[in-house]
Amino acid sequence: MAGGHAHLLYRHGDSVVHRLPAHVKLVSLLGFVLVVVATPAESYWAFGAYAALLAAVALVAGIPGDFVLRRMVVEIPFVVFAALMPFVSTGERIDVLGLSLSESGLASAWSLLAKGTLGVVASILLAATTDARDLLVGLQRLRLPARMVEIASFMVRYLDVVAGEMHRMRVARESRGFQTRHLGHLRAVAHGAGALFIRTYERGERVHLAMLSRGYAGSLPLSDAGPASAAAWTRALLLPGVAFAVALAGGVWA
Amino acid sequence: MTFSLEVNGLAFAYPDGHQALFGVDLGVRRGERVALLGPNGAGKTTFVLHLNGILSGGAGTVRIGGLQVRPGDRDNLREIRRRVGIVFQDPDDQLFMPTVREDVAFGPANLGLRGPELEARVASALAAVGMQGVAERPPHHLSFGQRRRVAVATVLAMEPEILVLDEPTSNLDPASRRELAEVLDALPVTLLVVTHDLPYALELCERSVVLSDGSVVADGPTVDILADDDLLRRHRLELPYGFDPLSVPDRKTRYGGAQPANSFLGRCQ
Repeated sequence: MAGGHAHLLYRHGDSVVHRLPAHVKLVSLLGFVLVVVATPAESYWAFGAYAALLAAVALVAGIPGDFVLRRMVVEIPFVVFAALMPFVSTGERIDVLGLSLSESGLASAWSLLAKGTLGVVASILLAATTDARDLLVGLQRLRLPARMVEIASFMVRYLDVVAGEMHRMRVARESRGFQTRHLGHLRAVAHGAGALFIRTYERGERVHLAMLSRGYAGSLPLSDAGPASAAAWTRALLLPGVAFAVALAGGVWA
Repeated sequence: MTFSLEVNGLAFAYPDGHQALFGVDLGVRRGERVALLGPNGAGKTTFVLHLNGILSGGAGTVRIGGLQVRPGDRDNLREIRRRVGIVFQDPDDQLFMPTVREDVAFGPANLGLRGPELEARVASALAAVGMQGVAERPPHHLSFGQRRRVAVATVLAMEPEILVLDEPTSNLDPASRRELAEVLDALPVTLLVVTHDLPYALELCERSVVLSDGSVVADGPTVDILADDDLLRRHRLELPYGFDPLSVPDRKTRYGGAQPANSFLGRCQ
């Protein structure tokens, strides 16, 4: 169960970055990622510049490096995939430390790794400086379909409830001497997962009943913070703006 | 005197053939406080879900403040759901918005309220249950007792004709139980408390109705019903060990037949 005031990725603070409205930050993130993705993989120096920009944002927001590093584990599956690419790709081979690697595979791996990492770090910075609820309001402001905002909002609300239920089921299992020692024990865990699914489904129905009882007619009234100031937009768009300017000046698209 | 709730010949069977209600009749006058008693499986929750048209399709009629529930008529259902405030058993089912304030605002916002009017509703409903201080907190960070009181506020904000509570004391510790009783006691609304917690019924409601196997088997002053050992035994209702319903003052005696001070409506209007 989360004991703090917000989600796991959030780091409480009162920096300029924290104070920016969520939808402004979302647009800024999207812009930055677009510039990164559009940069050709062989412009190595440009990626260095982008990384420096992110480091500057982290510094302003007061987010320590190890905080970001620990949350980067989410990228591991992509790293594994990128590491495999030079081995399995076809095309011209080159020898590196006695290993025969595919040249195009190496290039793709670098491209995937560099762009992916920058995207992940930028997202972590957004999550670390934005409360979950503000993110929802931001998404709503950006005219994301209402149904999707609602689904995300329910996820935020019930994640702890479901996690708590899962935890209690595990404690109850282990209190009766159950330990996952070999694969055969997965059966009991799978049954638990099934039971959890059914419970969650039934809770969904009860929540829906409670909503109908209070006159739900198809839209969740999330309160809106109102439009962002021009100054906020300027500050937030500094990140993708500078990234774009660097890329343009360096002639990566030339 | 007008009726807040009139139920006539309500019968209902679930699609699987299980019949839950067999012709229930019940009238609750405006301002009255009625406990609906019954063992598990007596049909209490099925009955409650008929009051605001969530369940329907059987025989009989339900009227709320004179307006008949007409399932299928959207405008009718909207008004009915404003008039019937149901507080469900598990507050985690009822509190689904990211913050307490937004959750309390959910009902009145669905009724079309916006801006300062909406804010005033939210503030007075939270004040009525003594939870003003938690408006900006997410519901899952409140204690269970606090969540239950916020759940009461979420329906109070709709200014209902009748407040229906489904097992309000389940999972509450004695202190939260007492706090909730104090809150409910001070609300000048028509109250229907669905419970098998008999001392709580005695504390809050002057009248009790016993529902057993889908029909009403007793209806009278709470103290008389609780003192009828035979009746209780026949319908699987039990008083806690050592509790004598005749040893404590009931509501009527405590307030001399009058309503307690009107604290909520004064703030509301």
